[in-house]
Amino acid sequence: MAASMSNVEELRNRVILNEFGVRNVHTTDFPGNYPGYNDSWNLKKFQKKFRIDIIQMEENSMEFDMVGIDAAIANAFRRILLAEVPTMAVEKVFVYNNTSIIQDEILAHRLGLVPIRADPRLFEYRNAGDEEGTEIDTIQLQLKVKCTRNPRAPRDSSDPRELYINHMVYSRDIKWVPIGNQADVFGEASIAPVHDDILLAQLRPGQELDIVMHCVKGIGEAVARVLNSRLDTCSREVLRHDDLKNVVKLGRVRDHFIFSVESTGILAPDVLVCEAINVLMAKCRKFLNELDAAEVE
Amino acid sequence: MAGVEEGNKPVLEMVQAEGADEGCITFVLHEEDHTLGNSLRYLVMKNPDIEFCGYSITHPSESKINFRIQTRGGVPAVEPFRKGLNDLTDVCQHVLNTFQARVKDFKGQSEAMD
Repeated sequence: MAASMSNVEELRNRVILNEFGVRNVHTTDFPGNYPGYNDSWNLKKFQKKFRIDIIQMEENSMEFDMVGIDAAIANAFRRILLAEVPTMAVEKVFVYNNTSIIQDEILAHRLGLVPIRADPRLFEYRNAGDEEGTEIDTIQLQLKVKCTRNPRAPRDSSDPRELYINHMVYSRDIKWVPIGNQADVFGEASIAPVHDDILLAQLRPGQELDIVMHCVKGIGEAVARVLNSRLDTCSREVLRHDDLKNVVKLGRVRDHFIFSVESTGILAPDVLVCEAINVLMAKCRKFLNELDAAEVE
Repeated sequence: MAGVEEGNKPVLEMVQAEGADEGCITFVLHEEDHTLGNSLRYLVMKNPDIEFCGYSITHPSESKINFRIQTRGGVPAVEPFRKGLNDLTDVCQHVLNTFQARVKDFKGQSEAMD
């Protein structure tokens, strides 16, 4: 990189960090702003400049760089990853019996947060107003646990693990109840919570839970952050030293984004990113179809 | 002006002020927010025919955006809107292809190393 960048290049390509604020944040390379530059949208130019570098990829998380794309579009992907990739989650909880000290609504809230391993691409959205749910849009789960006293516990023990049976209700106690042809389509035990060891409630002898849950396709549930620096936290410490202050200029490349995607375990992170890109394309297509329909009228 | 009925609710409306020509239209996009609004605005602004392009969320409790386009040279505003949507689709397609190719390379690479 050249030691000094001409002012115009800097305005176009860098976000400058000053001691007390950030400058040059907004994208300005639109047609007409800079004489001598042709800034019209050019797909070939974008394709040449754009690249993706995958830094690491594991089962549930991945980190990759996107270079050569504008903040508006990178942010759109981030927003979609966080909020608009469909997943299956518990929506309706039918409590037939709950004699534990956890209130119904608290328990229902906790159940709604448990990630369920079921590929949302194989399900449809439930029609609004449909109470029952069919095999194509609903997964039925059951949680039935009763706590009893352990007759074989030693006399003076005060450890609940010895005294009681079934006193901790974990997510592994949630069982799948196949409806319709789901048993054939999905195989024996393939729909279950992602993690076995989420503690849902604690019981004592005589208390029981008898709950049926309906799990539908909805929006949400991944964690995505767009970092603008990796290990370099871009600390502005250097600006506190008076003798260095005027000699150092800190800048960030405007179109280089670091994505760190962490999945809840339902879908692999690379699948999540592909789904997010598909969601954005579907939005565009929807409005293009609307435009075409309006033209026809 | 033109509203398209989908079930009971329109998804896209076009509002044109009295006396203005076809080049200045406000599109009302329902069920949308900054996700589509900002990315579409960026691509429409990259069009040299555009005099003005901006979007706003009228009220945070209503999920709709007002997307305004003003063109110069008598170009009807629907054209850059359509072009912006097509460009955004192209960008997404290219990002998707690049990403899938890189994931495949990365997986191939890590298997080769095992």
